Amino acid sequence: MTPALEVRNLRKTFGGGRSLTGKPLPAVHAVRDVSLSVRTGETLGIVGESGCGKSTLARMLVGLLKQTEGEIAIEGKNLSDQMGDPAAFGRLIQYVFQDPISSLNPRKTIREILEAPLIHLLGMDESSRKARIAELFEAVNLRREFLSRYPHEFSGGQAQRIGIARALAAAPRILVLDEPVSALDVSVQAQVLNLLADLRQAMDLTYLFISHDLAVVEAVSDSVAVLYFGRVVEVGRAEAIFTTPRHPYTDLLAGSAPIVGRDLGRTESQAVELPDPLRPPPGCAFAARCPKVTALCRDKVPAMEAFSEHHEAACHHPN
Amino acid sequence: MTTLKLIARNHLAAFGGIVLLLVVLVALLVPFLPIVDPDLTDPANRLKRPFSEGALLGTDHLGRDLLARLLWGTQLSLVVGAAAAVIAAVIGSAIGIVAGYFGGRTDSLIMRGIDMLMAFPYILLALAIVAVLGPGLLNALYAVAIVNIPFFARNIRGVTVSLAHREFVDAARLSGMNDWQIIRSEILPNVLPVIVIAMSTTIGWMILETAGLSFLGLGSQPPQADLGSMLGEGRKLLITAPHASIVPGVMIFIIVMSVNLLGDGIRDALDPRLRSGALSRPAAATRVERAETPAKTEDAEALLKVDGLRTEFRLGNRAYRAVGGVDFAVRAGECLGIIGESGSGKSVTALSLLGLVASPPGMITGGAVRIDGADTLSMNGEALRRLRGGKVAYVFQDPLATLHPLYRIGDQMVEAIRCHRPMAKQAAWDHAVSLLEQVRIPNAAFRAKAYPHELSGGMRQRVGIALALVNDPELLILDEPTTALDVTVQAQVLALLDDLRRERNLAMVFITHDFGVVSQLCDRVAVMYAGRIVETGPTEAVLESPSHPYTKRLIACVPELGGGRRALSAIPGLPPPVDDLPAGCAFAPRCDKASEQCRKGDIPLEGSEARAVRCLQPEGAAA
Repeated sequence: MTPALEVRNLRKTFGGGRSLTGKPLPAVHAVRDVSLSVRTGETLGIVGESGCGKSTLARMLVGLLKQTEGEIAIEGKNLSDQMGDPAAFGRLIQYVFQDPISSLNPRKTIREILEAPLIHLLGMDESSRKARIAELFEAVNLRREFLSRYPHEFSGGQAQRIGIARALAAAPRILVLDEPVSALDVSVQAQVLNLLADLRQAMDLTYLFISHDLAVVEAVSDSVAVLYFGRVVEVGRAEAIFTTPRHPYTDLLAGSAPIVGRDLGRTESQAVELPDPLRPPPGCAFAARCPKVTALCRDKVPAMEAFSEHHEAACHHPN
Repeated sequence: MTTLKLIARNHLAAFGGIVLLLVVLVALLVPFLPIVDPDLTDPANRLKRPFSEGALLGTDHLGRDLLARLLWGTQLSLVVGAAAAVIAAVIGSAIGIVAGYFGGRTDSLIMRGIDMLMAFPYILLALAIVAVLGPGLLNALYAVAIVNIPFFARNIRGVTVSLAHREFVDAARLSGMNDWQIIRSEILPNVLPVIVIAMSTTIGWMILETAGLSFLGLGSQPPQADLGSMLGEGRKLLITAPHASIVPGVMIFIIVMSVNLLGDGIRDALDPRLRSGALSRPAAATRVERAETPAKTEDAEALLKVDGLRTEFRLGNRAYRAVGGVDFAVRAGECLGIIGESGSGKSVTALSLLGLVASPPGMITGGAVRIDGADTLSMNGEALRRLRGGKVAYVFQDPLATLHPLYRIGDQMVEAIRCHRPMAKQAAWDHAVSLLEQVRIPNAAFRAKAYPHELSGGMRQRVGIALALVNDPELLILDEPTTALDVTVQAQVLALLDDLRRERNLAMVFITHDFGVVSQLCDRVAVMYAGRIVETGPTEAVLESPSHPYTKRLIACVPELGGGRRALSAIPGLPPPVDDLPAGCAFAPRCDKASEQCRKGDIPLEGSEARAVRCLQPEGAAA
C-alpha cells in the first residue's frame, strides 16, 4: 500500500550563498535529511523542543516553504517540484495553526474565512458552498449562528474548531497539526483532541501531530518521530518509543515531563544550551548533554540504525 | 457606530467636525446662493471696507465682491486639498503595500526611491514639479500629491510588513489565494484604518500646501479665486486694506484647524493602542478602595497572610471581578501552589499582593495582605518600594520581557542590590556573579557581562531567579516561571528552585496551570476557579483524592505519560465571564452534580485550614 505521505531526505537551509564581494554568508540548517513515511489513516507524532526544526518541517510539508533539497510524495503523487506553492498542496494536505485566534483574519466573518478555500481550491458555486459550510460546522460541533460573527468573539477552543473546519474545507487527505492544543487550557484541550480523533475516524484522515508535549503525543499517535537540532533522532511505533526508547534524548524528554507523584527529574543539574546553529558541532548534536557520550560521538554524526522493523534511532550507543 | 460615538466623546474633535461640516455644506451650496459673480470687476467700488453697502465682506483691488470670491475660493481649495490627499493616499498606500508584502529586493528598490524623494525639501520639490509642468491649479494639485506620497508609502509599508508575516496570511495562502487576492482581501482591510488615520491627519496640511503654491502664484491663475491666491493678492495691500488678506486668512485658519481637530479625534478613535488606554500612565501602586479592613487574625507562624482579597477591573461601566475573595497563608520555607486555568484570577492574585496591578483599570476593593503582620495594601509608596524586590521578590513568566534589553545582566543585578542597601559597586558585582553561580549558570563571571538577548530562554529564567534573590528575600512569588520553557529546561529550573528553597528556607507562592509541576514542587496547593479558591490542602491529598468536582475533572483532563493511546476526558463548556458571574457556585453550569441549591447563595470554603473545599456535595462524601 502506498503511504499517505512519504518524505525523502528533506533539507532546508536558511541564508547561505555569497555576498556581493564573494564572501560566504552564514547559513542555518534548520532541517537536515529528514525522511518520514506515514500510513493512511494513522497519526504520526512529531516531538521536539524549540529550535529543533519542527515548524520549518511542517511549513515545507504544506508547501508554504520551498525545500533546499529532498522529495515529498502524497498518496504516491510526487509534489517535490511544486513546493513553495501552497495552492498545489491545498487539496491534499492542510495545516492547523498553533495560535487559533491569530490565524483568523480579524476583519472577516467566519463564513468568509471558510469560503476562501472552497472558492479558490475547489471553485464551488454559492449553493454548494453553503451546503459544504453547514456540513463542516456540523462536523466540528459549532452552532450555525457563529458564521456571521468575527474571530475576536470566540474563545480559544472555539477558534481552534474554526481553524480545523477551515483546514478540512477543501477535503484534504492529510492534516498537519502544529501544536494545535498548546495555546489552550487543559479542560478545553481534551475537547479539541477528541474532536480531532473523531474526525480522523469519520473522514479517514491522516495526521501529522507536532507537539512538545510527550503525554499529548502519546495519547494521539500511532507512531512517533523525535526531532533534535534539525534531525530525526528516533522514529518508531508509539508503544515502542514510549516503552523502550533507544536514543538518550528520548529518554531525557520522557524523564523531564512533570508527572503527578513522580519526584523531580534531576538528570541535568547544570544549565545546558542547544548547539549554535551557525556553527553546528561536527558529531552528534546531543553529545554535549548526553550521559553516554564518547569521543566517537563528538567526531561522527551517527546514522539511523534499525532495531526492529519499525524502530530506528541515530545513536552510537543506543539503550 | 462605536467609532462615531468615540469621536463625539472627544469634545474638541466634535467641535472641529461640526465646523468642518458647516464649511463643507456652505461650499457645496455655493452655486445656489444668491451671490454676485466673483470675477465681476468694478473699479469704481474698489477696496470697500467690510460691512459696507452691497458688499458684506468688502471688495478687493479690482472691486470684486470678497464674499463671493471667498465662498468660491473655499470650495476650490477644499476640492483641491481633498483630491491631493486622495491621490497621495491611493498611490502612496499602493506603493507601501507592494513593498511591504513582497519584501526583499522589491522592497529595497521601492523604498530607496522613496527615500530619495524624501531627501528634497518638500517645497523645493513642489516648486520643481510645478516648474516642469507649468503653473496652474491642476499642476499644483499634482505637485502636492507627489510630495506627500512618501509619507503614505512609509507608513503603510511598516504596517504591511507586520501583517504579511501573520498566520492568517499563511492560512489564506493555504486556501489557494494568489498574492493579489491576498493583498485585496487580507491585507487591505487591515491597513485601511491606518490609511484613514494618515489621511485625516494630513489633509489639513495638504490644503495649506496648495494654498502656499497659489500664494506664490503657481497655483490658481487669475481671475480664478482660491484661498491661496486671494491671500497673495491681498498681501500687496496689507497696510492700506488689511481686510483683503484677513478674510481668506481667517478661512484657511478655520478649515485647517477644524480638519486637524477632527483628524486627531479620528486617529484616537481608530487607533487600537490609544483606545485601550495605553497612553494613560498606571499609578505606582494599585488603587485601594476598601469598605473595611479585615481584622487581624492570629497566626504567628504565617509569613504571608491574605484575607478576603478582592480585585476588580473597571472598564466603562462594567466591573470585571478578577479576584473575588481569596484567603491563604504561607509560612517560612513553605511552597504554596496556586493552580488554575487562564482567567481564573491566579496571576491577578499574585500581582495584587504588592499592589502591582495596573491602575486604572485595576482596583483592590477588599481584603488585607499581611506580610509579617504589616498590611501591604495600606502602605505608602516608599514602604512598598522597600518591600518589592527586598523581602518579597517576583519571578515572571517571560524573562525577556522583564529584563531590560539594553543593560548587561550583571549591571541590572547591581542596580537591584544598590537600590535596597548601600554596597560598593565592585562588591555588588561580585555578589551578582556569585548568585549567577548559585543558579548554576556556567561561566558566571563571563555571562554577567552578557545582554539578555544573548542568552537562551532557560538561561534567562535563571537570571530572572538570580535577580529575585539579590536582596535575600523571604518570600518568592513565581508567576508561571517555567511555562515558556522546554520540558527538559523546565526540569532543570524546577530542580534549581527546589534546591534554593531548601538552602535558603524560602517561602514560595508558585502560580501555574500544570498539576505535574505542583506535585513536584509544592507542599500545599490552592485550586482557583473564576476568581475564588475552590479547594485547598496538602498537595498529595488534593491530587490523590480531590474533593471539588472541578479539581477532580481537571486532573482527569491532563494526559499523563505512560497511558498509551486513548480518548481523553474533557470538561464541557467554558468558565463563566468574570463580569457576569452566576449566583452560587461558579462551576455549577459545567458540573454534573449540580443541584438547585448550588445555584443560589454564596457557598463558603469549608473545612480546616489544612484542607478545605467550596462545594455543597464534595467528592467522596456520602450523597
